[in-house]
Amino acid sequence: MDEKALIARRVALELKDGDLANLGIGLPTLVARHLPAGVRVFFQSENGIIGMQPLPEEGFAWSDLTDAGGSPIGAVPGAAAFDSALSFGLIRGGHLDVTVLGGLQVDEEGHLANWMVPGKMVPGMGGAMDLVTGAKRVIVAMTHTAKGEPKIVKRCTLPLTAVRRVSLVVTDMAVIEPTDDGLVLREVAPGITPERVLEATEASLIVPAEVPTMRLATAPS
Amino acid sequence: MKKVIGLAAAVEMIPDGAALMIGGFMGAGTPPRLIDELVRQGRRNLTVIANDTARPGVGIGKLVTAKLVRRVITSHIGTNPETQRQMIAGDIEVELVPQGTLAERIRAAGFGLGGVLTPTGVGTTVAEGKQTVAVNGTVFLLELPLTADFALINAKRADYYGNLEYSLTARNFNPAMAMAAATVIAEAEDIVPVGVISPDAVGTPHVLVDHLIGKERGHG
Repeated sequence: MDEKALIARRVALELKDGDLANLGIGLPTLVARHLPAGVRVFFQSENGIIGMQPLPEEGFAWSDLTDAGGSPIGAVPGAAAFDSALSFGLIRGGHLDVTVLGGLQVDEEGHLANWMVPGKMVPGMGGAMDLVTGAKRVIVAMTHTAKGEPKIVKRCTLPLTAVRRVSLVVTDMAVIEPTDDGLVLREVAPGITPERVLEATEASLIVPAEVPTMRLATAPS
Repeated sequence: MKKVIGLAAAVEMIPDGAALMIGGFMGAGTPPRLIDELVRQGRRNLTVIANDTARPGVGIGKLVTAKLVRRVITSHIGTNPETQRQMIAGDIEVELVPQGTLAERIRAAGFGLGGVLTPTGVGTTVAEGKQTVAVNGTVFLLELPLTADFALINAKRADYYGNLEYSLTARNFNPAMAMAAATVIAEAEDIVPVGVISPDAVGTPHVLVDHLIGKERGHG
């Protein structure tokens, strides 16, 4: 299974019926496709809409209805559009149930760095700092390593996105929960052992006696 | 007061070195004719305050490619490699602001507030050099109002008074910017008779709009 699909299928299980969710660019389509039956989630796009959905089909694209990457999207019946101040009021004001973002590093404190690599890549933080600061739950969805280097580290060396501890980290190898005691290995991906996760992780992990295999939403029919 | 003016005359009001707030999010909601006319007239050393610099050839990206921008205050430049290239070459100065903070700084200016207290950015590089304020035990950053000489606003429809109606995600920063700049120039896809836009649908009341770009001449 493709690592992105694996992550999306695990993340989909974190979304609850009725949630308002903001997912990073690219992920929404994948995650939305894997939502369990009976779970209806409203997706926010921070450029000003609740109720975004993937474009239904060719012929529905419109320049006034786009996602945060500028790509055309659709809107579900009951969608609501608003300006940027209200959009970030939703995010910062505690009205957003969950955000799922990519990551460059997560550390033992549960801190996330995901917006720049000094001297190399300075895209800007966009809405990420507000999302990580304000959402009720912050889920980091990322590959476990980058070019063989661990991304879950003792202490972030890259500039932090926020000092708030993230709620959960879902990678192609594991599900890890930052807690008061440190990072806890909650689940491993199918075919991955806790030992392999430890080898691919720089940070210390707390490994419970039982580490179940990752639960996954079923693939769409 | 005659609000409707020609495109060229509107852009002629903008001097080199002006600070411009420009509505839009990745080009959606950015006034296309005003951008093209700024490029045609070659205004230089502009400061642009906007969510992003879109892509080369799209919206604000056209100003960057034409090397008209000296400074940009924005939340994201990752989609425009030309902005990044000019930043590294020292030709363009980039101040990165979290998106929600950018919206609130603009709003604060337009709403007569001395600043906003936000938790966003506390403990990060964004907090460097900024005052922090503790309220009931929570630490906030004091972010200051952001104003500009001109706001370039894009609406779906305007009436001849200058009432503006927005559309879906093309709304974004436009309403806040229309409150925050000294002079507001609006461009709408269509201009309709006064009264056609229902009061509930007005996103920016006409008193905020100084100039409205007229329709192109010619019929059919």
